[in-house]
Amino acid sequence: MIGTAAPPAKTWRRAVDDLVAGWQHRELWGHLGWQDIRQRYRRSVLGPIWITISMAVTAVSLGVLYAGLFHNDLSKQLPYILVGFIVWAFIAGCIAEGSDVFIANEGLIKHLPAPLSVHVYRLVWRQILFFAHNLIVYVVMLFIFPQHLGPLSLMAIPAFILLAANGAWVALLLGILTTRFRDLAPITQSIVQLLFFLTPIVWIYTDLLNSPNSSVAARARLVEFNPLLHFMEIIRAPMLGQPQHLRHWVVVGVITVVGWTVTMEALRRYRARVSYWV
Amino acid sequence: MSTVEQSTSISITTRDACVDFPIFDAKSRSLKKTVMGMVGGNISSEQKVPVIEALTGINLNLEHGARVGLVGHNGAGKSTLLRLLAGIYEPTRGQAEVRGRVAPVFDLGVGMDAEISGLENIIVRGLFLGMTRKQMEDRVDDIAEFTELGDFLRMPLRTYSTGMRIRLALGVVTSIDPEILLLDEGIGAVDAAFLEKSKKRLRELVDRAGLLVFASHSDEFLRDLCDTAIWMEHGRIREHGELEHVLAGYKNRV
Repeated sequence: MIGTAAPPAKTWRRAVDDLVAGWQHRELWGHLGWQDIRQRYRRSVLGPIWITISMAVTAVSLGVLYAGLFHNDLSKQLPYILVGFIVWAFIAGCIAEGSDVFIANEGLIKHLPAPLSVHVYRLVWRQILFFAHNLIVYVVMLFIFPQHLGPLSLMAIPAFILLAANGAWVALLLGILTTRFRDLAPITQSIVQLLFFLTPIVWIYTDLLNSPNSSVAARARLVEFNPLLHFMEIIRAPMLGQPQHLRHWVVVGVITVVGWTVTMEALRRYRARVSYWV
Repeated sequence: MSTVEQSTSISITTRDACVDFPIFDAKSRSLKKTVMGMVGGNISSEQKVPVIEALTGINLNLEHGARVGLVGHNGAGKSTLLRLLAGIYEPTRGQAEVRGRVAPVFDLGVGMDAEISGLENIIVRGLFLGMTRKQMEDRVDDIAEFTELGDFLRMPLRTYSTGMRIRLALGVVTSIDPEILLLDEGIGAVDAAFLEKSKKRLRELVDRAGLLVFASHSDEFLRDLCDTAIWMEHGRIREHGELEHVLAGYKNRV
């Protein structure tokens, strides 16, 4: 692999170099990401279509269940839950797998002088491929429950790019931290589970905000402090043709900048330590 | 590609390079202890982490054309030195600079996947070694012929015997064009006839490489591939010089 002429280990340039050199290895992680997907369904007849099927089954059953519980129309509840689940699968995948991205790749890290970011790109790419498989369910749903999509729905594309960019820093930062502090991995897994319930995926955020029960409405307002709400909204609203709000974009933008700044600082300081820690 | 330009600048330089491994036991690796330590003002907890000094004061200057053998007892630091030279471990103290594309061959099997076919593994293993997919596709036939695996190449790797896996791995590894080749011995468990064949291929591989560092316990192999040698002892370079001289010193010591 590429050995670079090395300025001192803890410079910003080395951190940036890691990201750039990792990107140049895209043939490698691109291949590995695909292989991971096929690997998971190896020896099964349907293969990766199982991703699509299990998403469809989950969304339909929970859609029916929660439409009943909340007394909502299935045509409203099901698309909401489906898109929520597709986006959630991506978010949860980046966080949960990010927490052991370097630990899981110990063998490769100790045997090959590849940039750390290769493992992170592979992870995010794999999650993007999962996402693409799940989108098939979304497309089928559009035929059954047509949404009022317009030109503004295209905002889902930059929104997803932003989501992926955030997935990358989360995985990189968590990967570094959990390699050093092994207790963080199980903590992260629990937090991801908790976040699922705190994020409007099965329950409809605006419905609770406008709830006649004022204490429910007050509780619902607290969700604004959940960063994942904003990521969820910038994608789900355009995909369902619902009104979009600028504040979600602003929050996501700020999180992206702050997150990458912190991550680059961690990468600068601890990049060279990861191979010692794994 | 500017291979000519690159080949002139292949080099490995280290100055007082040290590799220290912190050994976090279960307690000090947990978050709790660090946080509590900070609150209690017990900053020296960092020093309580036992450190293994795997390499100390490594000074090396290897240029294009170097053929270096690496000898020493188990645990003397041969493998760690190879990883330092590969850039996997950046020195905890001192400096190390690696110029050139490194092909590290420490473990023949790393990057191989039991569930995919031999052919696919050839491509993946090549990508791991810094080759492009195109380059590997061009070499598949050559590798297939060398390994004598025939139709088995279409079978998943899990159906292979140990010896067959080694054949495949050796085939891929010896097909690449490395600038810096770092070899850790681990070549065994193949039948004698195949070993002869792979030696020839290994020699050709070394001829193509700009720089070789080869850790081995076999004098025969070392004489075959190297002209100078480094003798590692307790994480330090005990001697670095002409191969026979170093080997003689090492043997006397043993």
